[in-house]
Amino acid sequence: MQDLFFYLFAALTLLCGFLVVANPFTRNPVTSAMFLVLTIISMAGLFVLLHAFFLAAVQILVYAGAVMVLFLFVIMLLDLKEEARRHLKSFAVVTGVLSVGALAALTLKTIWTSGVGQGLTPQIEGATGSLGKMLFTQYLLPFEIVSVLLLVAMVGVILLSKKDLK
Amino acid sequence: MSLTPVGLEHYLAVSAVLFCLGALGVILRRNLIVMYMSLELMLNAANLTLVAFSRYNNDLNGQVMVFFIITVAAAEVSVGLALIVALYRKRQTAHVEDLTSMKL
Repeated sequence: MQDLFFYLFAALTLLCGFLVVANPFTRNPVTSAMFLVLTIISMAGLFVLLHAFFLAAVQILVYAGAVMVLFLFVIMLLDLKEEARRHLKSFAVVTGVLSVGALAALTLKTIWTSGVGQGLTPQIEGATGSLGKMLFTQYLLPFEIVSVLLLVAMVGVILLSKKDLK
Repeated sequence: MSLTPVGLEHYLAVSAVLFCLGALGVILRRNLIVMYMSLELMLNAANLTLVAFSRYNNDLNGQVMVFFIITVAAAEVSVGLALIVALYRKRQTAHVEDLTSMKL
């Protein structure tokens, strides 16, 4: 049953990820954004299958909620028309697909032949309690630094989006 | 792929393919915003790898790492999109082929 769900979510993730990158029907950025939301939600399903419940919730809240709303706001703010079908240089397409395909083949071959998962059984329960305990004891300093980073990002964004950028 | 019992390799394979899809998007698409979305796809693939290793190696540190990655990615998206908006105000385009000179 779990395996079935894995194949379902994995297929959904990869299909929607492909449609983000290369949708054969439309080049509209809004369509890409919607498929990115679907990718992120099915990836949250994979996180649940890995018993990382807290991260699945955070993934949906932060990515599908906040980040994608930001993307859609910017797309609408810029009023991007459907990307005109510019002539893509076929040389660029061939070399790009070739190099990325080589990278994919190399990684997949390494994963399958290394036997990295042999003898490993899934053990950990991504209990939210123990995760929080780690965050507030062992990782307290990085946690605080990240909150400062968020503040810096906020101030930077306000400065950048002022009308008269100096 | 036959329906073998799902192990660590399966999750890693999904993550590798997703990472390559993101890289393909960055290389092939010419719209700045779609390229940015492809970058998010690559970050998510890395997150999936970390969570899978964390579960199979019985180590919660991976999940804490993913938590931090998600936070930093959110900050990075906001700054990047603000940059794109500022660039669009100056040049009226979000197409990388129109943005070849460094002078604004």
